[in-house]
Amino acid sequence: MSELKIIVCIKKIPDPEAPPKAVSIDSEAKRVTFTGVAPMINPFDENALEAAIRLKEANGGYITVLSLGEKKSKQVLSKAFAVGIDKLILINDANLKDLDSYSRAYVLSKAIERIGKYDIIFTGRQAGDWDSGQTGLLLAEFLQIPSINLVRSVEVEDGELIVKKVKPDGYEVAKTKIPALITASNEIGELRYVSVKQLIEARKEPVDIWNDDDLGLDQQKLRRLGIVDLYKPEIEKECYFVEGESPQEKGENLAILLVEKDSVISA
Amino acid sequence: MSVNGVLVCGEITREGDIDSITLELLSIGRRLAESSGEKLIVALFGDGIGKAAEEVAYYGADMVYKVESPLLEGLNVDIWVEAVDGLYREIQPKILLMGQTATGMDIAPRLAFKLNTPLTTDCTDLNVDAEDGLLLRTKPVYGGNVSGVFKYQEEPQFVTVRTKAFEPVERGSAKCEIIPFNPDIDRSMIKVESIERVKEEVVELDKAEVIVAAGRGIEEPENLEKLQELLDLLKRYFDSGEIGCSRPLVDQGWLSSPHQVGLTGQKVAPQLYIAIGISGASQHVAGISGAKKVVAINKSSEAPIFKIADYGVVGEYEETLPAFKQKLEEIL
Repeated sequence: MSELKIIVCIKKIPDPEAPPKAVSIDSEAKRVTFTGVAPMINPFDENALEAAIRLKEANGGYITVLSLGEKKSKQVLSKAFAVGIDKLILINDANLKDLDSYSRAYVLSKAIERIGKYDIIFTGRQAGDWDSGQTGLLLAEFLQIPSINLVRSVEVEDGELIVKKVKPDGYEVAKTKIPALITASNEIGELRYVSVKQLIEARKEPVDIWNDDDLGLDQQKLRRLGIVDLYKPEIEKECYFVEGESPQEKGENLAILLVEKDSVISA
Repeated sequence: MSVNGVLVCGEITREGDIDSITLELLSIGRRLAESSGEKLIVALFGDGIGKAAEEVAYYGADMVYKVESPLLEGLNVDIWVEAVDGLYREIQPKILLMGQTATGMDIAPRLAFKLNTPLTTDCTDLNVDAEDGLLLRTKPVYGGNVSGVFKYQEEPQFVTVRTKAFEPVERGSAKCEIIPFNPDIDRSMIKVESIERVKEEVVELDKAEVIVAAGRGIEEPENLEKLQELLDLLKRYFDSGEIGCSRPLVDQGWLSSPHQVGLTGQKVAPQLYIAIGISGASQHVAGISGAKKVVAINKSSEAPIFKIADYGVVGEYEETLPAFKQKLEEIL
């Protein structure tokens, strides 16, 4: 078999573990803004990248990374070069902002048609910004190829993909013909370590920029996120800190509180 | 003639019982049906599901659709999407509700594509806009730091609902009509073939009354034993209990993924949740909003977990736990 042609779709997002105080809302513009939060590759997309790199190592292959986002994503996305991808394409157009999952999948599908032949497409199971978990599966529908959601390991054998898919009490072994799409779950493993030096080198690699015109998009298919309102949820409780001179005493006092004061635990 | 209404796609457990998400969907479904003046319909899918269909008819719906076929045994996504699509065409519901479960996550996006309608996943609240009758879909975004409300024009108004976001509906005494439906499905629709289903570990976090959960702060996988000892003790006072954990422990292979609590893990609603060495990343906290009482033990007083805890202990858990256990045994 000739070398595998792999496409990985990734996205730049603000760190999903940013503390609440770093997040604010511009209600007028219906936009979330971040202060002092590092942009990063969506962690589930990093899992997808790792899966792709392992496949390339095992079978040989050529990895194209595709992203839809702002021009300044380039620096964050170029980390992918440091782990061994071959090509990075960024789709950037002022007209392609605030799209919903369906339209993002549509734009990616048009870019993939332009790339040409491929065997496997990887995406993350969901992105830590809107946490929708749809783009990958919708992309497969646009391309009319099979897809497998929430995958934790992948192998290629005789033109077929054999995967382990995460299930609530274990996993399912499933197979399908290539070309096919896979969404990676975190169980697939973290993206390998990259040194600062490798990161700096990676930033020198060329990035192809494609726009709306390059893809010949049907404007009717571009749906925006239907945001009516954004607000910060009030989830904070008043925590009662258990007192005590020592950790042992705190432990004893906690038992007394839960049993005698609160009756959460009763005999 | 089509029925319209609010259609709940229910789920059945592997043992053939009604899954709790079905009753949670019926609870929010009833509210939506009333505010939009529509009927409430629940559908169950599978093979030999007569018993579950009879039972679900007592939970406040106006009709039950029993969608049966041997091909619906097991969960082949390609087949299921076609079956739900077929039922959709029969009923033409205005609102379509599914659970944000393993099944819902697989089926809903593909079905939304087929129905050419926008889907909002993982909703934690739903309301009908009094002005235009459209669904206002509330869901946590940006790791739970923000709540977003979304609205779209297209029908069906299609959403998946987070598990444990709504109280399950109570069983009533009246039983509604049950309508059998034969889906137009066949094996040729299968694109992804299931070879083997492997059960690794059954962790019933969603049903647990008490959960002892571990985070990175426990430092060594061997320390899980100390948490297990605490759980064993607590299980004397609760009907059910499990060990939970935050995502890093699964990523490091200390516990299998069925133990993971959080946004991409299980959503839980125990009487008591004891978080040990868990910092309280939003990814994790998203899973425990249904917990009645949260106790957090962490050595850093700055840990965000204390912001959502009822009781906090700042200190080394290794020293706190034995004293806590001993005192419990003493006074109970």
